[in-house]
Amino acid sequence: MPGRLASIALAAVLLSMVVPARAATIEITMDNLVIAPPEVSAKIGDTITWVNRDFFAHTATARNGDFDVMLPPKKSATSVLKKAGTIEYYCRYHPNMKATLKIEP
Amino acid sequence: MLIRWSAAAAAAMMLSSPVLLQGASAADKPTDPQIAHIAYTAGVIDINAAKQAQKKAKSKDVKAFAKDMLRDHEAVNKQALALVKKLNVTPEDNETSKALSKQAADKMAELDKLDGAAFDKAYVANEVAYHKAVNGALETQLIPSASNAELKSLLQTGLKIFQGHQQHAEHVAAELK
Repeated sequence: MPGRLASIALAAVLLSMVVPARAATIEITMDNLVIAPPEVSAKIGDTITWVNRDFFAHTATARNGDFDVMLPPKKSATSVLKKAGTIEYYCRYHPNMKATLKIEP
Repeated sequence: MLIRWSAAAAAAMMLSSPVLLQGASAADKPTDPQIAHIAYTAGVIDINAAKQAQKKAKSKDVKAFAKDMLRDHEAVNKQALALVKKLNVTPEDNETSKALSKQAADKMAELDKLDGAAFDKAYVANEVAYHKAVNGALETQLIPSASNAELKSLLQTGLKIFQGHQQHAEHVAAELK
């Protein structure tokens, strides 16, 4: 049944166009009250792993309200990016800690 | 990481008067066990002040500030305890620690008589002065005097976080006006 094979093949091709090629995992650390790297570019579907190396609690809080991640001392957390935009974020407890996350579609 | 007490008293005490400067003179610089004790005592003072504020404060911002102080100063003191244990150092009581505790107790009694907006204002003003004084002492006296590298590093982290506290307190103070 070549016709059916062809349509399966076509479906597979279409699917691969819709599903993002490969989602990346990007690590952002908070160490000695500094967020690094200070600017990160990512794509929708990517995962951010937030790593708090400090013995203080931190947060990663988007100024536009898109996310607010709690990071207890010496803990990590992950977020999957779902919305495009250039997001300024900071730590609510230590507002001098700030950084930018650029999320492309 | 260090302290919190009376605004005026704090500033006077650590910056210009007897207490911390006494230990600061080059001839008589505090030892690591004394520095550890001073730093820890100063932290306990701000923790107690924050607990008092949580009970008495009226403003939402002041309550949130007190919560932040409690969280950070407890974290620093926990770290300090872990460090002295690791280094096998016994914190040593000293005149500076005693003076700090005495001033703090007096300030706390003074603040206890206030309520509502008057309390909020006095507490935050004291937090500004206290952090300013402590940061000054850390910078000019405690950090330069510390000989153990890990203790010095902890004090430096403390300074960094307390500078943020001072800014935060200044911001809250400005909002209260």
